[in-house]
Amino acid sequence: MNAPNASGWKPEMVADEGDVLPATVSGDKGLQLEEPLIFELNRAGQTGVDIDAPTRGPVAGLAKFLRKAPAALPGLTEPEVVRHYTRLSRQNYAIDLGPFPLGSCTMKHNPRLNEKVARMPGFADVHPLQPKHTVAGAFEAIAELSDWLIGLTGMAAVALSPKAGAHGELCGLLCIRAAIEAKGETRHIVLVPESAHGTNPATAAFAGFRVESIPATQDGRVDMDALIARLSPDVAGVMITNPNTCGLFERDLKKISDAVHAVGGYVYCDGANFNAIVGKVRPGDLGVDAMHINLHKTFSTPHGGGGPGSGPVVLSEALAPFAPLPFVQREADGSVHLVEEEEIASTGHAQSFGRMAAFHGQMGMFTRALTYILSHGNDGLRQVSEDAVLNANYILRALEDVLEAPFAKAGPCMHEALFSDANLADGFSTLDIAKGLIDEGFHPMTVYFPLVVHGAMLIEPTETESRAGLDRFIASMRSLAERARAGDEHLKTAPHYTPRRRLDETLAARKPVLVWKGA
Amino acid sequence: MRYLPLTPADRTAMLAAVGAGTIDDLFADVPADALLSGPVEGLAPHASEMAVERHMARLAAKNLSAGAAPFFLGAGAYKHHIPASVDHLIQRGEFLTAYTPYQPEIAQGTLQVLFEFQTQVARLFGTEVANASMYDGSTACWEAIAMAGRVTRRKKAVLSGGLHPHYVGTAQTMAKFTGDVIEARAPVLSASADDAEIIAAIDDATSAVVVQYPDILGRIPDLAAIAEAAHAKGALLVAVVTEPVALGLVEAPGHLGADIVVGEGQSLGVGLNFGGPYLGLFGAREKFLRQMPGRLCGETVDAEGKRGFVLTLSTREQHIRREKATSNICTNAGLCALAFSIHMSLLGGEGLSQLAALNHDRARATAERLAQIPGVTVLNDVFVNEFTVVLPADARAAVRALADKGVLGGVALGRLYPQDKALHAGLLVTATECTTDDDIETLAATLADVLKKGA
Amino acid sequence: MTRYFTKEHEWIDVDGNDATVGITDFAQNSLGDITFVELPESGRAVTAGEAVAVVESVKAASDVYAPVAGTITEGNTALDGEPELVNTAAETDGWLFKLTLADGADLSDLMDEAAYKAYIAEL
Repeated sequence: MNAPNASGWKPEMVADEGDVLPATVSGDKGLQLEEPLIFELNRAGQTGVDIDAPTRGPVAGLAKFLRKAPAALPGLTEPEVVRHYTRLSRQNYAIDLGPFPLGSCTMKHNPRLNEKVARMPGFADVHPLQPKHTVAGAFEAIAELSDWLIGLTGMAAVALSPKAGAHGELCGLLCIRAAIEAKGETRHIVLVPESAHGTNPATAAFAGFRVESIPATQDGRVDMDALIARLSPDVAGVMITNPNTCGLFERDLKKISDAVHAVGGYVYCDGANFNAIVGKVRPGDLGVDAMHINLHKTFSTPHGGGGPGSGPVVLSEALAPFAPLPFVQREADGSVHLVEEEEIASTGHAQSFGRMAAFHGQMGMFTRALTYILSHGNDGLRQVSEDAVLNANYILRALEDVLEAPFAKAGPCMHEALFSDANLADGFSTLDIAKGLIDEGFHPMTVYFPLVVHGAMLIEPTETESRAGLDRFIASMRSLAERARAGDEHLKTAPHYTPRRRLDETLAARKPVLVWKGA
Repeated sequence: MRYLPLTPADRTAMLAAVGAGTIDDLFADVPADALLSGPVEGLAPHASEMAVERHMARLAAKNLSAGAAPFFLGAGAYKHHIPASVDHLIQRGEFLTAYTPYQPEIAQGTLQVLFEFQTQVARLFGTEVANASMYDGSTACWEAIAMAGRVTRRKKAVLSGGLHPHYVGTAQTMAKFTGDVIEARAPVLSASADDAEIIAAIDDATSAVVVQYPDILGRIPDLAAIAEAAHAKGALLVAVVTEPVALGLVEAPGHLGADIVVGEGQSLGVGLNFGGPYLGLFGAREKFLRQMPGRLCGETVDAEGKRGFVLTLSTREQHIRREKATSNICTNAGLCALAFSIHMSLLGGEGLSQLAALNHDRARATAERLAQIPGVTVLNDVFVNEFTVVLPADARAAVRALADKGVLGGVALGRLYPQDKALHAGLLVTATECTTDDDIETLAATLADVLKKGA
Repeated sequence: MTRYFTKEHEWIDVDGNDATVGITDFAQNSLGDITFVELPESGRAVTAGEAVAVVESVKAASDVYAPVAGTITEGNTALDGEPELVNTAAETDGWLFKLTLADGADLSDLMDEAAYKAYIAEL
């Protein structure tokens, strides 16, 4: 990372709005390139794929099913397609361009070895329904990943098929429900702290439970007394995020687990923030019964502009028998095999709650995550947590004099630092700081979440930021905080230097235009 | 450690700056007995890029890859040629390492791609709108069933026997917990799809009729007739497309009366990947928009009046509605949607139709050649690039014997329907543009040999 | 005709057995730009306090409750194409739905205008 502003560049050196420079004819501004929709580039009859002409026509019976005309979709030659998407890519911010401190989302560097491995033909060009003896290496890779996920979490088993974090949450809750039903019980309530991710209550509701909210204490943790007061034979379980969404470790989780278990309930841990403790703390030691692991967070599979994710769920002894199909099982002789519908009886898995998706899970994410784990090793993974936590505390302490940090007095944070809008001037909001950060060349932090803090700003630097990079970010944040406290009106119209200014989300929602309506 | 920029000196200075003596002071909230003192058992220390690559390559080499053998598998995952530019473009860091586009001013690239993707999917499916993708085809199929329930306020879905059994299983799992009723029909080894039985099963309590097109045996149901019957009872038709390339040849389901069209998009731009990640496609009538699951990208303008794009209608989603959301889904398959969209942009509608025609040609050639093997019959009258043959023996044994001779000869129905012995002679065979005349000849000769030896 | 208010920031005009319901100007102001209104179906019987409509802004969705028991007779279809009416005319043209009161519908928990003004002044 370069030293802060080594070039000596200053904002006033750039022509900005109000300047008198003539507009360009093209609409482009140097390297800031406009790009039409692919449909607007369309030229009839073009294609970017050369396809051999068939020698056989449709079989006779197909005539009545044939489409009347090709789909009205543009085709472009390869150079046009490459240029279109390359130009579009330049309108994105990305972790490859700079810090992306989105709290709770864990935007860390994506090692390129992981990409290379996932593309090896033995992993990428293998069909999920090939005869099992032709894919032994794939099962071995899955089993290796399973071993490390189990070892790192101190749990009994792992279900690998969930396709993302929310799917993993659902998997965990369905295991809980299946376990309760297997005991011949009915329980209706799942307790969720009010600081939880929105997916937690949504998932609990989808699994057929009634959600009851548990308040937070003044120091940003689950109110254990309130939680224990709500425990009853009707409570199926609790969903707790640890470290929680305020960036704090839930010190009382083991006590909570014991209390929940005492009334016959189960503990679901949202593992979105596992990256703060991987290699340092095993959730299994805290009494957790189920936890999903976002491989795209802790084990750095790429976010790809919104997926694909992968959400394996580690399970306690109590929940393991209910894991969804399919899964790989390691035998006493070290061999590995896949348990699908037909094997459940013979392998003693008749209590499995069933299948959550086609095939065997997100293999392309498994190979990347396994590569990440092996690259870091036992020392590297500990260092990941430690550096992530150190970086977050460094930011917390560097900003707490200019921004209100509601929980900073009580002690350190974990992997993310939380601030509120309490110190900003009247009329200035968290949103203005976020948009100002964009002009500074950073992706904003998570804003307005968690809901328990007014105007929340949740900053997660991750372990892959250098100290110099953090210093640069801190300098920008301090400047923005001071501008917001001083009432600098320019902030309210930020960002100014982006391909688009603030977008009208109200218009988009009132008059939805979701597809291009042109010819 | 090559991925961690902090130096030991940095760490010391930073600990001092935050007022901590040691790193464990920052973990003070972790109960002492829960803090691990040593490394995780069995896990080696960090390893060089070369060492890890060598280990992973060794595992990969134990698998027989599709490109290394005559290859005829389908059943919801297809081997197509992916133009080189697709993988190059999706590996641009601005796409690969971006997050969900929550800050639209610096995510117009991803957002415009999603808007273009939605339009491509809607036009491919013949629906008015489409979302920004789901996890995969099977989960999209369940989401469509749930959505039909919300629209019709009914709880019973009728599933065709031609629907992929993993999709049926996924719906059955979910329905157990939501209280929906899934009426799933068993498939039968017959030349025609079960249209008549499906139509007879629709009643006034039916929320949705779910029909795969082409179906799991490669047959093509008469969607228009089923749509008419469903609508007469106030039910919705959900069409499921596991092979989007087929839509280059056969009419789009939305043009035949389907109310919701879902599918697996893997065929375009995304490799086989041993089953994932893939991408779910989801299109529907615009009047049902508010009941749709998943992310949506919409057009709007910025403060200067320029066209731009944002995620929109998010009040349907979990982070706002919490327990009242249309779905608990919060991710899509962004990068796979990008790959799909790039491949589709290279093909265009005409290119897709040419590709489908070539796929059909290859499948016809395969079917004609296999029909010459004594004892082997082709079940289908009609198919696009996937069809069923009936063998004079258990097809799973034949498939294993073929694999031992280096031929990946198809998907035995016994793998998909282990409990249903009546299907065990069935072998599902798929041919695509990747299938050469030599591949076909090798499959036919090897299969004849395997059957002669009494597989 | 008498106008009453609820603590959930609905207003209700009661005219004999018929009533019209909307959200208050205070409510629309705190919700911000309204983007969509989900209206109840005519003929639906509702109990007092039941969630019957949803008012959405870009980042929030708020339930609207029936202030009294009754049967829905009409939703304001003008809001389909013009949800912003709830912003510009919350207490007039931006009404949400009409209903006929159930027998013995209880109005005693409702506030009059003065009481509501005092209530929001405390918030």
